[in-house]
Amino acid sequence: MGRYLATRIASLVPILFGTSVIAFLLIRLVPGDPAIALLGMEADATAIATLRTQLALDQPLIVQYASWLGLILTGDFGRSIQGGRQVLPLLLNALGPTALLSVAALVISLSIAIPAGIVAATRRNSGADYGASFLALCGLSMPSFWLGVLLILAFAIHVPIFPASGYVSPLIDPVAHLHHLVLPALTLGAALAAATMRMTRATMLEVLRADYVRTARAKGLPRRTVIWGHALRNARIPIVTLIGIQFGQLLGGVVITETVFSWPGIGKLTVDAIFARDYPVVQGAVLLTAILFVLINLATDLLYTALDPRVRLS
Amino acid sequence: MTAEASTAASAAASAALAPRGMAGFLRALTGDPRAALGLGMVGVVAVFALGAPVLSPFAPDQPDFVNILAAPSAGHWLGTDELGRDVLSRIIHGARTSLAVGALSVVVAAFAGTVAGLVAGYFGKLADALIMRVMDIVFAFPSILLALAIAAVLGPSLTNAVLAISVVNLPVFARIARAQTLIVRQLEFVEAKRALGFGIANILGRTILPNILAPIIVQGSLLFASAIITESYLSFLGLGAQPPTATWGNMLRNAIGFMELAPWLAVFPGAAIFLTVLGCNLLGDGLRDRFDPRD
Repeated sequence: MGRYLATRIASLVPILFGTSVIAFLLIRLVPGDPAIALLGMEADATAIATLRTQLALDQPLIVQYASWLGLILTGDFGRSIQGGRQVLPLLLNALGPTALLSVAALVISLSIAIPAGIVAATRRNSGADYGASFLALCGLSMPSFWLGVLLILAFAIHVPIFPASGYVSPLIDPVAHLHHLVLPALTLGAALAAATMRMTRATMLEVLRADYVRTARAKGLPRRTVIWGHALRNARIPIVTLIGIQFGQLLGGVVITETVFSWPGIGKLTVDAIFARDYPVVQGAVLLTAILFVLINLATDLLYTALDPRVRLS
Repeated sequence: MTAEASTAASAAASAALAPRGMAGFLRALTGDPRAALGLGMVGVVAVFALGAPVLSPFAPDQPDFVNILAAPSAGHWLGTDELGRDVLSRIIHGARTSLAVGALSVVVAAFAGTVAGLVAGYFGKLADALIMRVMDIVFAFPSILLALAIAAVLGPSLTNAVLAISVVNLPVFARIARAQTLIVRQLEFVEAKRALGFGIANILGRTILPNILAPIIVQGSLLFASAIITESYLSFLGLGAQPPTATWGNMLRNAIGFMELAPWLAVFPGAAIFLTVLGCNLLGDGLRDRFDPRD
């Protein structure tokens, strides 16, 4: 297990190096002087000159990258052009609301998708199967911001039972927090549920055809035991893979949902920073999100080894 | 669908497609009810997009200050917006942008990705390692975030939206092309051309490429749907085509401010995206299931 873990972590090094290069190059793609892009048009000449020296902008690109990486590794992501606050604390503060929204979306997605996928697979070609499969395809085809807008129209404007936007910290008022969480979590969870349901159905269909399931049935085991105890247990790996990938993709999906519902997470912070041309925040958000994405994929891989010992033995 | 899953599905599709060629591929488009329905839905949108100047009842940017925020009626089937512009006409013209960006970005990604995959798969070793590690790095970013960052840095425009969407889709095509090239390069007819002294460009372009195209086309149909959605996200966030050009995404962005007064502004452009993407997904699902021998 230790060797497997070491190999997996070592394989992350080139990926993390590459993501840092892309994040570094993002600012270099902005037309004009990167120092002005990082400090804003209104920055004074002294500050621009200081930053130019700090980032080694008069040096070759590789030296510039080394200087920038040195700052990043010490936690210095620069300062926001708007308000001059340090970027890293801004990003870390926004991670909390994003994590709360992502977990809620995942819970909603799993509680809909797994039972629906099992029902669709165990009653293949029935009305329930066709209905669930069609709904899943609709879920995949629906842009999340449109679903968000429809939910706001239905449940915040026509039947006003949930707020259309905003955020309340769970530490201040847990009930109000949940109240604000429902619509964005449903919006984000719906697309996830669609993909998870399709994967659960496909995997369960494959597993239900396996010899050991036929044997379990032939032994006279109750249907419930065969499905939940034998079939689902072996269908977990592809489903966990998908959930892992989705949890990573949630980090992208939140950009849209948080913007629609004014949820103060990392997605909204990124979009606001883009429009304010606050490039240090954009750069920091892209880098941090990519690192989280890679780490979540690693966690998913490690979870396989817990679910299926063959993975670490092979 | 995940990239890995789609790569596997496309690789499987390739095996089934190769002997049938393009004629079999086209027959399959109409042979599967889902693929046929999807093709029909996308076809209708394409007809509206191509015939927009003739088919739309009004000019998309023609203001009508007497009919501001008018509800759907016989005069304006889908209502009007805050400048009195006809929503149906703007949706029809928006179809041009959505389909054009979807198609262009998939073509650009497919071209660049296929070239990268061909080179990586054929030459192997250092070229393979370098190209595929770069693809892995692009995969390490959530696709929407990367597209957003690229569009933001390059500036909001239709061209930059196409570029951003192409970049995030490029690794998918590169992986498929590489996997297929690894199989095809070992076949006798490739070996024969090498022995006869044909050049690398000839072998790659005329011998290997035609034999790896089918799974790339299947993948293209699946990514076309996601490209349309990504374009709508970028437009919705203000990073796609700029006003007064009508896109479904920027129509929805505009609708947010009028949700209580004019809900139709939010409902119809979203429905256009939904139905178009549903058509693409039906088409892609039908094709994949038909060609995937594992089903």
